[in-house]
Amino acid sequence: MLQVEVVSPEAITYSGEATMVVARTVGGGDIAFQAGHVPFIGVLEVWSAKVIGTDGSDEFAVHSGFIQMANDKVTILSDVSESKDEIDVDRARAAQSKASAAVAADDTDVEAIGALKRANARIAVATGEASH
Amino acid sequence: MAGAKERVLRRRIASVNSTKKITRAMELIAATRVVKAMQRAKEAKPYATQITSVIENLSAGGAAASHPLLREPEEVKRVGIIAIAGDRGLAGPYNAGVIRAAERQLNAARTEGADYALILCGKKTNDYFTFQGYDIATTYTGMSDSPTYENAREVAGEVMRMFTDGEIDRVELVYTEFVSMGTQKVTVRRFLPLESTDTVAAEGGGDSSALAAFEFEPSAGGVLESLLPRYVEARLFGAMLEAAASEHANRQRAMKAATDNAEELKVKLSREMNRVRQEAITTEIMEIVSGAEALGSD
Repeated sequence: MLQVEVVSPEAITYSGEATMVVARTVGGGDIAFQAGHVPFIGVLEVWSAKVIGTDGSDEFAVHSGFIQMANDKVTILSDVSESKDEIDVDRARAAQSKASAAVAADDTDVEAIGALKRANARIAVATGEASH
Repeated sequence: MAGAKERVLRRRIASVNSTKKITRAMELIAATRVVKAMQRAKEAKPYATQITSVIENLSAGGAAASHPLLREPEEVKRVGIIAIAGDRGLAGPYNAGVIRAAERQLNAARTEGADYALILCGKKTNDYFTFQGYDIATTYTGMSDSPTYENAREVAGEVMRMFTDGEIDRVELVYTEFVSMGTQKVTVRRFLPLESTDTVAAEGGGDSSALAAFEFEPSAGGVLESLLPRYVEARLFGAMLEAAASEHANRQRAMKAATDNAEELKVKLSREMNRVRQEAITTEIMEIVSGAEALGSD
């Protein structure tokens, strides 16, 4: 079993056990951890992180952060992480269309690109599209 | 007829009493806030610990330490001073302590022949340094009561920008450390440049698991690059939370002292008033008696 903790700067937002954790790292694509994985530190992409337990799974939209795996303990450090229930899909869709329009108008707009990524991650988590 | 003196005293007692009610209310508010602030400071600890532990592992993994935030300047031309204190007064020596320590840092920088840049959090520090005619780089207000991570990110972002742009070559952080409910200590810490990752790791106290060789993605250097700014933010956030807890603890103590003093003053004034009133009554009786006697003897 894996010990999983999701830690934000303000508090520990999630803590539990899992058989597998799936996340996406910058430049590395999706990566899955199971017990006995080699020690690993990665920078997380703005995407989902899925914690799969023996009875069901929890999924989070993480807005960048880090993942550390050591001694069967997975720690996700993220400034902002939202669980599936916290996500407002309609709002995320609105943000997505607004941000994609902004990116279409100016593809160097870093803020709009970030907003689009976040909206995509939220929608993916909420609708289950990100099921790896 | 109540004497003029008695009336004056009665009015003063009423005024002391209403002041006491206010200070008592402030004491109770501060008491609940200090508990909440302590709780938040405690909840923020795991993140800081974890991030330090990641740095430890990176350092053990041999991450190249050539990040702009680690730059040790050859010559310090300008020292940044971050002073974290409150927006409001009535907190005993809380604001004055931070202001004094910051001013000492400023004078130390001047004796070294360096310029200074003041980065102030809290209205009170701003008031003081403006009044004294110092040059203020930036001021942040409205975050001292219960700082959020967003606040810390905003301040840290500006400080890191100034540092990486070479506007400042060293940054000192002045804040009040929350040791316990009874003790808060004004502390000066080196904020930037960061000590090398090895030193961070050695002083870290995170739960190191640096025995095994880590794999990094994208690379050890890449992870470090995105990690260090977060580390700086987390450190500032921790300081802000401790400062907030200290502010409330100081205010609670100051207001308790004020309430006690008001109570004491009230007792003293009541005694005085009673004495004056008794005197007036005695005099009045004496007058009546002697008047009656004068009439009766006719």
